[in-house]
Amino acid sequence: MNEQEIRDRVIKTLGGIVPELDPGSLKQAKSLRDQLDIDSMDFLNFLIALHQEFGVDVPEADAGKLATIDACVSYLAQALQQRAQA
Amino acid sequence: MTYREAVREAMREAMRADPRVFLMGEDVGKYGGAFSVSHGMLAEFGPKRIRDTPLSESTFVGAGIGAALGGMRPIVEIMTINFSLLALDQIVNNAATLRHMSGGQFGVPLVLRMATGGGRQLAAQHSHSLEGWYAHIPGIKAAAPATVADARGLLLAALKEPDPVVLFEHATLYPLEGESEDGTPMQFGRAALRRAGRDVSLITYGGALGKTLRAAALLAEQGIEAEVIDLRSLRPLDTETIFTSVAHTHRAVIVEEAWKTGGFAAEVSACIMEGAFDALDAPVVRVCGAEVPMPYAPQLEQAALPQPEAIVKAVQGLF
Amino acid sequence: MPRLGADMTAGKVVQWLKRPGERIKRGEVIAVVETDKANVDVESFIEGVLEKILVAPGDERLPVGTPLALIRTEGTAAPSAPAAAVAPVAAAPIPAVAIAPAAVMAAAVPPAVPAAALPGAAGERARVSPAARKRALELQLDPAALTGSGPQGRVTLADVERAAQAAPAARAQPSPAEAAAARQLRMREAIATSMARSKREIPHYYLACTIDLGRALAWLAERNAGRAVTERLIYAVLLIKATALALREVPELNGFWIDNRAQHSEAIHAGVAISLRGGGLVAPALHHADQRPLDELMAGFQDLVKRARAWSLKGSEMTDPTVTITSLGERGVESVFGIITPPQLALVGFGTPLERPWVVNGQVVPRPLLTVTLSGDHRATDGHRGALFLAALDSLLQQPEAL
Repeated sequence: MNEQEIRDRVIKTLGGIVPELDPGSLKQAKSLRDQLDIDSMDFLNFLIALHQEFGVDVPEADAGKLATIDACVSYLAQALQQRAQA
Repeated sequence: MTYREAVREAMREAMRADPRVFLMGEDVGKYGGAFSVSHGMLAEFGPKRIRDTPLSESTFVGAGIGAALGGMRPIVEIMTINFSLLALDQIVNNAATLRHMSGGQFGVPLVLRMATGGGRQLAAQHSHSLEGWYAHIPGIKAAAPATVADARGLLLAALKEPDPVVLFEHATLYPLEGESEDGTPMQFGRAALRRAGRDVSLITYGGALGKTLRAAALLAEQGIEAEVIDLRSLRPLDTETIFTSVAHTHRAVIVEEAWKTGGFAAEVSACIMEGAFDALDAPVVRVCGAEVPMPYAPQLEQAALPQPEAIVKAVQGLF
Repeated sequence: MPRLGADMTAGKVVQWLKRPGERIKRGEVIAVVETDKANVDVESFIEGVLEKILVAPGDERLPVGTPLALIRTEGTAAPSAPAAAVAPVAAAPIPAVAIAPAAVMAAAVPPAVPAAALPGAAGERARVSPAARKRALELQLDPAALTGSGPQGRVTLADVERAAQAAPAARAQPSPAEAAAARQLRMREAIATSMARSKREIPHYYLACTIDLGRALAWLAERNAGRAVTERLIYAVLLIKATALALREVPELNGFWIDNRAQHSEAIHAGVAISLRGGGLVAPALHHADQRPLDELMAGFQDLVKRARAWSLKGSEMTDPTVTITSLGERGVESVFGIITPPQLALVGFGTPLERPWVVNGQVVPRPLLTVTLSGDHRATDGHRGALFLAALDSLLQQPEAL
């Protein structure tokens, strides 16, 4: 799975949490919480949805590393690569 | 056989079968009846059973009630429904109430026959349609035979009733030709389906049936299939047949010769509202006589009566 | 039309989930009603057979108390027996225009009302024939939205049949965006009514206290650390549970003010304020919040949030809360002094846990501090009761493992 595919699927997953999401105006490097008015419940649901989409379980300690779309993409890319190598 | 002959045959049949039956009224004997319904009956049954009366409706209707109370089965002919008003006290206050007021001890098995309706240039003295007035009264039954078969059948059925029955014979029907069936007397309170259709129910009785059937034929040419219901009995009223028809046509037009205001058509309309409201796809409409005393001049008289064209127009307004 | 919220006066039937003739169990959802706050499932409170649907789904807002359907109960004859109307839920229905028999008996005849002054005299109601109306009800169409082909534009049976055949899907409904906008507007109106009533009628008192959330957050982090993302808790659930347990200790704050007196509730149903995307909020009940384990509360909370945002809450969830809990702790707000949801007796508000200097055992140490507020109805309780409640809440949050 290349980075663009991961990005597309992350945004699609986010759309399930934030129905009014406009992917075009989404800033890739800006905090999701700041630009999308999501709260801790939404964010937890986002992590659950990512888990379902990618099979990657984000530990509680790592939750802070998924604050932006860019951060999500690189975190997931790394996690998927590690899983492939394991 | 004509309608007139059918009524006569029914009376003869009843009189031969039951010595308690006799006929009484103005000119029913020597003259053979104002509409010659009883023509020849005096010769057959004699003056004791075919009795001419004075011109006093109250008197001879009262005498009929007395005879009925005494165990006879009188048939009383009143020349026209207009004149029956002179006997209303006897009919409404006595005949209709005695069974109730005697606690069921006395019945009045009286059959009252009267000509009704317009169309023969007999003007406002002889032409009105007051059937609905009688249908208002509990204690009597009211029926309006519209066919030759019904003229015979309903009269025989009336003679089997234990309580007073008023029969309305539309005067234009007397020369009508038709089949008269033999057999068991009819049941009171049953309407007849005269034509089946799917688009509108035309509900009528008595003298308006023929015009309604003509209207239905005209409507069929335009692709509107009208169902025609002949009520036959106004009291009791066969609402079941009405509701069944309206349930599949979803439209109802009521046709009667009487004046619209407070007429019997209003009663039928109200029954439909109460019993078949959800089936209606259009307002219930009435086609009735013009609200004037019946004119004498033929063109005015025809204009005052409901005509097939008016019925067709009323139906067209529902689509 | 059941009353699905303290301030609900009217609602719209969105959908019937049962058809005439179907058997209905107690508690089964039979229809969906749109209130100003949500699409709410209407549950039957009796068992029987759905005899007749009286109200077609559509745009008509019907006053609370309007009969929606007839349910025939066991042992009653089909046609003539008085069938029970779908029972309005919580409070007594607002009577429809009711004429007391006595008024009818009275000799005085009221003055005639000019026909034009009567509602509906000007023909506001769409012309739909009775048969068309009935058929549309069966087909769940809005007959008023159809173009009538009958005289005077009347919608006829044929129009309804045509519409049903032509576009079974294209029900007469506004676009999703229009519907959402209309819902937002009505929700705003409902909030306005409720909040204005609260401030008009309820003499609030406000108390605030600062709670050290260090132990609770540390316990939570440890608990979540080893768990899959689907099994984690958010700290709001600790606050809900602790609030519910504190209300057990101070039950005077739990319940309603009805008929000029406090009516305390044995059960503790926490109304959790959920803000909706695009504005507005609802506070549906997390039932028996004091009795359920944290995992279960978390699952219940997640479910409520999901359904609140999908406008699909149940009627009982809207009417049951015995207290409201609001947390604005996501955006750095320090404290929230909330307005009580009538006819409840109290509202508990949580701000953001912030790292602050705090004195512990004579030492200034950084601790995550949380400001908790209580809005109380002074008719029902006094500040002292409120203070006892906040103290109990503090104490409970110092022993998170006991929650």
